[in-house]
Amino acid sequence: MLQFLVRRLIGACVIIFLIGAFTFFLFYTIPQDFAELSCGRNCTPQNIEVIRENLGLDKPITSQFWEFMAGIVNGRDFSQGHCSAPCLGVSFDTGEFVWDSILDRFPLTLSLTLGGLVIFLFLGLGSGLLAAWKRGTVVDKAVSGASIVLSSFQIYFLGPIVLGIFVYQSGIMDNPRYEPFTENPIAWMVGMIIPWCVMATIFTAQYTRMARSTMIEQLQEEHVRTARAKGMKQRYVFFRYAWRGSLIPIVTILGVDLSALLSGAVVTEFTFDLAGIGRLAVDSSLTKDLPVTMGVMLFGAFFILILNIVVDLAYAYIDPRVRLS
Amino acid sequence: MWLRFKRDRTGVVSACVVLLYFVVAALAPLIAKAYGKNPYTLYSREPEYPFLLDDFAMPSGSFGGMSGDFWFGVEPKLGRDVFTMLLYGMRTSLYMAVLVTTLCVVTGVLIGMVSGFFGGRVDYWLGRVTDFFLAFPQQLFFIAFMPVVTAMFVSPQDETPTYLRAVAITLVMWFLGWMGLARLVRGSVLTLREREFVEAAKVSGASPWRIVRKEILPNIVTPILVQATYILPSTILSIAFLSYIGVGFVEPTPDWGRMFAIGADVYEQDPMFMFFPGVALVVFVLSFNLLGDSVRDAFDPKTGR
Repeated sequence: MLQFLVRRLIGACVIIFLIGAFTFFLFYTIPQDFAELSCGRNCTPQNIEVIRENLGLDKPITSQFWEFMAGIVNGRDFSQGHCSAPCLGVSFDTGEFVWDSILDRFPLTLSLTLGGLVIFLFLGLGSGLLAAWKRGTVVDKAVSGASIVLSSFQIYFLGPIVLGIFVYQSGIMDNPRYEPFTENPIAWMVGMIIPWCVMATIFTAQYTRMARSTMIEQLQEEHVRTARAKGMKQRYVFFRYAWRGSLIPIVTILGVDLSALLSGAVVTEFTFDLAGIGRLAVDSSLTKDLPVTMGVMLFGAFFILILNIVVDLAYAYIDPRVRLS
Repeated sequence: MWLRFKRDRTGVVSACVVLLYFVVAALAPLIAKAYGKNPYTLYSREPEYPFLLDDFAMPSGSFGGMSGDFWFGVEPKLGRDVFTMLLYGMRTSLYMAVLVTTLCVVTGVLIGMVSGFFGGRVDYWLGRVTDFFLAFPQQLFFIAFMPVVTAMFVSPQDETPTYLRAVAITLVMWFLGWMGLARLVRGSVLTLREREFVEAAKVSGASPWRIVRKEILPNIVTPILVQATYILPSTILSIAFLSYIGVGFVEPTPDWGRMFAIGADVYEQDPMFMFFPGVALVVFVLSFNLLGDSVRDAFDPKTGR
């Protein structure tokens, strides 16, 4: 177990390093003067020189890369002050530390993800199980039909419709807006409820379909049939035998979705005009604010790798036959 | 398999719908010609349509300015024709999605084949490369690399031509689109390699190339096909996503995804603008999903639906 964790973590570090290197060299080899980009409006050649020196852009690209990588582990010093341990550099655009602006945006993305997650897991898995339980009946047909239609919807189409109904037309709700949870939990919930529901609708539909089909597949497995033939209660067979097996594919997809959402629920943030990590990524990409873009990329890759490990641990927990090796 | 597919009514209907989309996209210029509009002209400035937009630059008339002349209404502010915008937007998206899907499938099959067939060290390293690409956050990668890839072709001062944007989108999507298929193909090849008929071919002196072409490939065509029916709509959605957030195609190229960005902007005043692009996209994705399920069922009748 410990050995597994250590090995996987080392592997994850290697991959993060490689992604960092890949992104860095691709970014910084494009023909562009970054000092000029970060200089802003009142730009003089002296200013550019100062910036170049401050950002270390006058050094060769390889030593810039090493400085960047060392900065993640040790921190770096800039003219703005000391940038402590996970230092991802300084934004060309605002001059802020990248790590700080990521941390600034992260609570929103996190609340968006977690709130949506709770809704779509409960509803999605619940209705999927219900449909599998009542397979072939009207309930099943209604649930599967609704889920396949809803899963074809897009957040950027459903979002404006919901906003139109609840905000513009009837005025029941205000425009979605983020209030920190620590300051006012009720306002936090009220502000996020539309984004959660819209996001969760589409995910719910997908998870319903998946839960139903994996459940049905599991119910045809031999060990489940044996349990049933022994005369076990239907409910017991359903939850103890089939449910456990069908968790594996669900956990896999959940890991992928979760890491994608945590590194920026871009579409949701855009549709509801919320400033989270996804927004940060898009804005920085449009202004060619490469340190920020790169920081967000590494942040996203970090979540993917961590969740991969968590998913593998979950496999071993769900199915004891899986060996962690 | 074909017979089983034909019996599945949902599958046949959705296949027809999907086909219809492609025909419409291919014939877009002809349809636009017969209809007499194009997606670029600002019709509100044409003398023939003096009252197309009202004083607030919103379409006059109900339902977003729908009329005999403008079937799907007109765009607020600029007064372009929604029907042809959608037509051409679908055309771009579908063409590009087909191209990207083909590239991904070819790459995935190639890499999966090589690592499955040769095994050993080649397999190990190709597997690590696949892992590496899988660790990229996909959406963020698309967003981050669009400007970089365009900057490789065009200097930042110049305007990026539309075809270069298309090339950049294709490259970026291709880059992160092949891994799933490579894994799938590798797995199938690994099991096929041990089967008797491959052994027989090997013993009778067939070259590796011939074994791959004649013995293995025909056996994995169907799973590849099924996978491709899932890749294609998701590519369309990714392209739409990029244009929606403003990283993909820009004005004045008509694009499906950008219509949602415009629509979200004016939704308070003119909700009808988004209606047709949205419904078209939902129907398209829905029929593709149903088609994919039917193809899978036809291929593997054991999976109960």
